Amino acid sequence: MNIFNTFFNVPILIRTFPLLMSGLWITVQIGVVSIVAGLVLGMVLALVRLYAAPWLQIIAKIYINFMRSIPLLVLLIIIYYALPFVGIRLSPFLSAVSALSLVSGAYTAEIFRAGIEAIPKGQFEASAALGLGYRHMMVDVILPQAIRIVIPPLTNNCINVIKDTALASVVAMPDLLKQATQAQALAANPSPLIGAAIIYVAFLWPLVAAVSRLERSYGKEDH
Amino acid sequence: MGSNIQITNLRKQFGSFTALHELNLEIAEGEVVCVIGPSGSGKSTLIRCINLLEPFEPQSKIHVGGVPVEAGRNLEKVRADVGMVFQSFNLFPHLTVLRNVMLAPMRVRHATPAQAEARARELLARVGIEGQAEKYPGKLSGGQQQRVAIARALAMDPKVMLFDEPTSALDPEMVGEVLDVMKSLAGTGVTMVVVTHEMGFARQVADRVVFMDGGRIIETGTPTQIFDHPHEERTRNFLGAVLNH
Repeated sequence: MNIFNTFFNVPILIRTFPLLMSGLWITVQIGVVSIVAGLVLGMVLALVRLYAAPWLQIIAKIYINFMRSIPLLVLLIIIYYALPFVGIRLSPFLSAVSALSLVSGAYTAEIFRAGIEAIPKGQFEASAALGLGYRHMMVDVILPQAIRIVIPPLTNNCINVIKDTALASVVAMPDLLKQATQAQALAANPSPLIGAAIIYVAFLWPLVAAVSRLERSYGKEDH
Repeated sequence: MGSNIQITNLRKQFGSFTALHELNLEIAEGEVVCVIGPSGSGKSTLIRCINLLEPFEPQSKIHVGGVPVEAGRNLEKVRADVGMVFQSFNLFPHLTVLRNVMLAPMRVRHATPAQAEARARELLARVGIEGQAEKYPGKLSGGQQQRVAIARALAMDPKVMLFDEPTSALDPEMVGEVLDVMKSLAGTGVTMVVVTHEMGFARQVADRVVFMDGGRIIETGTPTQIFDHPHEERTRNFLGAVLNH
């Protein structure tokens, strides 16, 4: 048995490829839904954390720190295996998406907050002096500038969310990793696992490269 | 809304430091007032209180056109009628020059884009930068940026214009172009309060000069009174230091 037959067994890879692709599709679905939900949650949390009544700010801060402290796998297992005991029964897909977006929202909130805080005070003052209300100040002046700043760290966060979708395999979600482990058991050969790894890397490499490119180009220009 | 400014008993604390001591000042409609004085004398703090960019002590009162300047629903209306030009321009870097000028009229005065654009182009022409309308502020010189900032403030048809050291961040050769625009505004009926180190401008354009030191108004008078016949020792010392170079 040589390395090629063990890890890069072409017939097995070809046979299991459709299975891996269906897994990738699930992975993408979980990833995209979690990223979008996390962005919305994160934006709301960031605004609450910065501008809401003090007691709401404290709640937001506690939420953010809690979600950044808890291991994602622990949260996912609690949602899927513990919540049914109090009558909350989520499907594997919803469990995975909930855990991922609850945590992603916390990280995204901190990214947005840093972005907003990076906007010079003069931008807030100029908006206020023109008579712009809070909503227009944020929507027309502050957020468009903040979003430019946060695109690289947000993309990084997206990469992390997509990587973390692999955890969904523990709640019986037929994602890329789960399909690969099943195919591996079926074929009694680890080639599908290697195939899955290659797919993850091929899928995320362009995003990783994009982040480096964005960081470089944003670093160059300044206002 | 009228455009006279009434400042009564204005006190401002930064922690234990008193930036303004019970200051009183009345500025008439259409008057051009230049505020001069050494750095740290409270000049900028004073005009930043007029549109409540600096909150002041509750017993202090500022009225603009008879309307109290205080936190609440009215504040945005007062601010819409009070234009401000900053030392550091504070243009919106993500918007073109034209959009910078159009934004507030559209959002606050509910002007249509066409109205706002026509008015913006007219104002940009008035400050001499109609050719740069489609550029982003970062591509303009400091003097051009400050003229855009003036146009942006004027687009709201303000009754009062506040200038917070508008030429202090400029290269010397660009000071003149900004002062020229400001000169052209004086006497158009808009009340102007100008914090400045440009003594020539103050002498030539101001109806009244206010000299501040240590958070207090030391002396006010016509440019001739202040520059040629100052009463107070501190005014004489300050003017002696800035004029004799």
